[in-house]
Amino acid sequence: MELKEKLLSSFLAFENQVDVDTYVHDIRSNAIKAFETKGFPNKKDEAWKYTSLNKILKEDYSVFSKEENALEYSDVKKYFIHDIDSYKIIFIDGKYSSHLSETTHEGMDVCLMSAALTKPKYRLVIENYFNKIAKDDSLASLNTAFSHEGAFINIPKNKLAEKPIQIIHFSTGNEAALMLQPRNLIVVGENSHVQIIERHQSLTSNPVLTNSVTEIFANKRAIVDYYKVQNDEQNASLIDNTYINQKQQSHVSLHTFSFGGKLTRNNLNFYQNGERIDSTLKGVTIIGDKQHVDHNTLVHHIEPNCESHQDYKGIFGDNSTGVFNGKVVVEKEAQKTNAFQANNNILVSDKASINTKPQLEIFADDVKCSHGCTIGQLDESAMFYLRSRGIPEKEAKALLMYAFANNVLESVKIPQLKKRITKLIANKLGVNIGFDL
Amino acid sequence: MSKYTEDDLREELKTKEYEYGFYTDIESETFPVGLNEDIVRAISKKKEEPEWMTEWRLEAFKVWKEMIEPEWANVHYEKPDFQAISYYSAPNSKPKYDSIDEVDPELLATFEKLGISLDEQKKLAGVAMDVVVDSVSVATTFKKTLAEKGIIFCSISEAIKEHPELVKKHIGTVVPRTDNFYAALNSAVFSDGSFCYIPKGVRCPMELSTYFRINQAGTGQFERTLVIADEGSYVSYLEGCTAPSRDENQLHAAVVELIALDDAEIKYSTVQNWYPGNAEGKGGVFNFVTKRGLCETNAKISWTQVETGSAVTWKYPSCVLKGNNSVGEFYSIAVTNNFQQADTGTKMIHLGKNTKSTIISKGISAGKSQNSYRGLVQINSRADNARNFSQCDSLLMGNECGAHTFPYIEAKNKTAQIEHEATTSKIGEDQIFYCNQRGIDTEKAIALIVNGFSKEVLNKLPMEFAVEAQKLLEISLEGSVG
Repeated sequence: MELKEKLLSSFLAFENQVDVDTYVHDIRSNAIKAFETKGFPNKKDEAWKYTSLNKILKEDYSVFSKEENALEYSDVKKYFIHDIDSYKIIFIDGKYSSHLSETTHEGMDVCLMSAALTKPKYRLVIENYFNKIAKDDSLASLNTAFSHEGAFINIPKNKLAEKPIQIIHFSTGNEAALMLQPRNLIVVGENSHVQIIERHQSLTSNPVLTNSVTEIFANKRAIVDYYKVQNDEQNASLIDNTYINQKQQSHVSLHTFSFGGKLTRNNLNFYQNGERIDSTLKGVTIIGDKQHVDHNTLVHHIEPNCESHQDYKGIFGDNSTGVFNGKVVVEKEAQKTNAFQANNNILVSDKASINTKPQLEIFADDVKCSHGCTIGQLDESAMFYLRSRGIPEKEAKALLMYAFANNVLESVKIPQLKKRITKLIANKLGVNIGFDL
Repeated sequence: MSKYTEDDLREELKTKEYEYGFYTDIESETFPVGLNEDIVRAISKKKEEPEWMTEWRLEAFKVWKEMIEPEWANVHYEKPDFQAISYYSAPNSKPKYDSIDEVDPELLATFEKLGISLDEQKKLAGVAMDVVVDSVSVATTFKKTLAEKGIIFCSISEAIKEHPELVKKHIGTVVPRTDNFYAALNSAVFSDGSFCYIPKGVRCPMELSTYFRINQAGTGQFERTLVIADEGSYVSYLEGCTAPSRDENQLHAAVVELIALDDAEIKYSTVQNWYPGNAEGKGGVFNFVTKRGLCETNAKISWTQVETGSAVTWKYPSCVLKGNNSVGEFYSIAVTNNFQQADTGTKMIHLGKNTKSTIISKGISAGKSQNSYRGLVQINSRADNARNFSQCDSLLMGNECGAHTFPYIEAKNKTAQIEHEATTSKIGEDQIFYCNQRGIDTEKAIALIVNGFSKEVLNKLPMEFAVEAQKLLEISLEGSVG
């Protein structure tokens, strides 16, 4: 059976299981209808011109995990940023794992989507925020239709979340092939501050397809730091849809580190609904083999005096493919906008390819908008300099590549995370350097 | 006589809406509206074409019928009804003239108005011209001088008759009939256009120029240009266009093919000034053009365009860099005002080794217009050491217009070096203030700044054209101080 048919037919069973709230019920039913008419995106869609889902949709995915699986902390410790104190929301094959997690309701809610969708005390938050900014394109609709579990973070006014929050989705490989659809909702109140680290991790080489939707609401003067670590197994694919709604003077920065997985697609959408907003989007992509990473970003400047900064770096080896499609829209009212976008790429192999399309759509005249995009190689004279000082070729290359990616790393505000990313980069480049320069 | 003041200039600019918007009452022969196989045959017969050409057209027509109009461009317009257009209209003064003196005086008067006196041109400017009115070539100047050098410069229908081997070999090789909707339509119904062949090692001594004009109402203009530069030759080619002001939209769907063989160089410049519609966005020409050049080893093709007219422009002059060490260049200024929409840019396809391309695109939008740059830079896996530099700058005047960039960059070779940058800005108040302070009024200051903004591209135009283009820029932007 084709995946689409399978999903449509399992929707009814799913609804019977979880349907408890008519408010979400309507949203889900509408969403499945939207998905039914649209189907999965194909290469004819402009947004999917360079990324084909055909191959990964061919797997025979289970839509739900049949059994509860448990993991020992010691087995999966290495996937945590374990040397910091943090809240943890952990899922195993799409199901919440209470013994790995550390949630809270004290002063703020760091808990589960399933609880938020069912408990009456969250009803208001759900009605105000749930599915308010997620687009109704086919994949987001599909996720909405099956929205049930994920992280729910609600931070009230004037609150500094003293610990970062880690959200990790494990898949154990107990199913031959599994499709996961986590749904996260993050609401950050006025003047509040939170740091979040998100990771998807498969533990075996069984195929996994994750279609995740995250909605983030940053209210007035809120500060949100969000980090996505994508270093998954060879057969894991991820479609990440993130929607961020910002109110005035809020600062949201989002870093994406893509080193692993078979196919990774990041749909990242920023909507600036207020003045003097600052949005930062940064990413480092280092891939090889037949990996495919696609960054699709949108920054929508709706009101005046806002800023956005985008900086994406990519290093592509072997047969890998990189795609960058960045779009900046500046509305007529959004005067005095400063929007910057940079996309720099290095092709290391002859079989690797990069497709980039940095787009500007501007309707206001008093703006400063620019984008730059480069594709090039490592500087030979720099290589020579390093080699002449006795640094082996591999290390020298790694050093230069690290330097290339460094200005994205610099803005990571959690030191332990930065260290971890540095290690991942060293690992990915096949060298044993700490880069603690 | 009183002094000519700046107020006078402003007055003049205000009334100077579209000075080429007149219509000349020349008796002409126009086909009934509509398109079918018979019309295609009739056009072919009218042009006394050989059998292979008729077949070629019919095949294109078959392809076209299967195709649908593209919608991906960032322009919105009411689609033309292809059955409501007449596909052939020719000034009715046959047979062919042997010299300029025999040309219909009415027609000559038209040229006078347009500022092209064929005769004068012949003596002073030293530019060889092919004039196409309502898609039929009416006069070609300087033919003899050119013939001495072995250069063939004539209308394409003449070339089909007299040099069939050249036309047959090259037509449709760069822009195949199946390329796109408008190219297929053009291949089926093109009524005339220019043909140019520069033999081996010859440097064309003068600028070659084609002048297009749509005169009749309810006709579409479908001309076809084919320029072949044989090994080691050089040619500079100019193209200019105007049309009368009409309330309905007129369709212009041309195909231009350039072929630069080994070591050849072609420079193709366009000043496009089709009627852009009135200030309310009514009327104007739909300009859907396919232009492409093919570069063999060490060849160079350079496109320069100044786009100020047309209600809707859809045009991407491209270079296929097939040979090693070939070079492609694209310099463009696109100005949109009032309700004009432009979606223009280029494609650079790097196939050969050590190929280079440069793209400089300047977009200026004013009024309620929308101006888009859409470009593709493609480095194929065998194109070692390919180099591309692209720069797209947009200037916005007023807050009701839009500027958009859609650059596509695809690299499949690790030795590729690609740079792309784009900026969007407006004319700074400080810049205007600086000029005002020195006694330059705002309108002139803007013209000055726009000129500076476009300089990089204007410099690439041949001299006579650069002056005209500069003037056009001023007129297109009058009244858009914002």
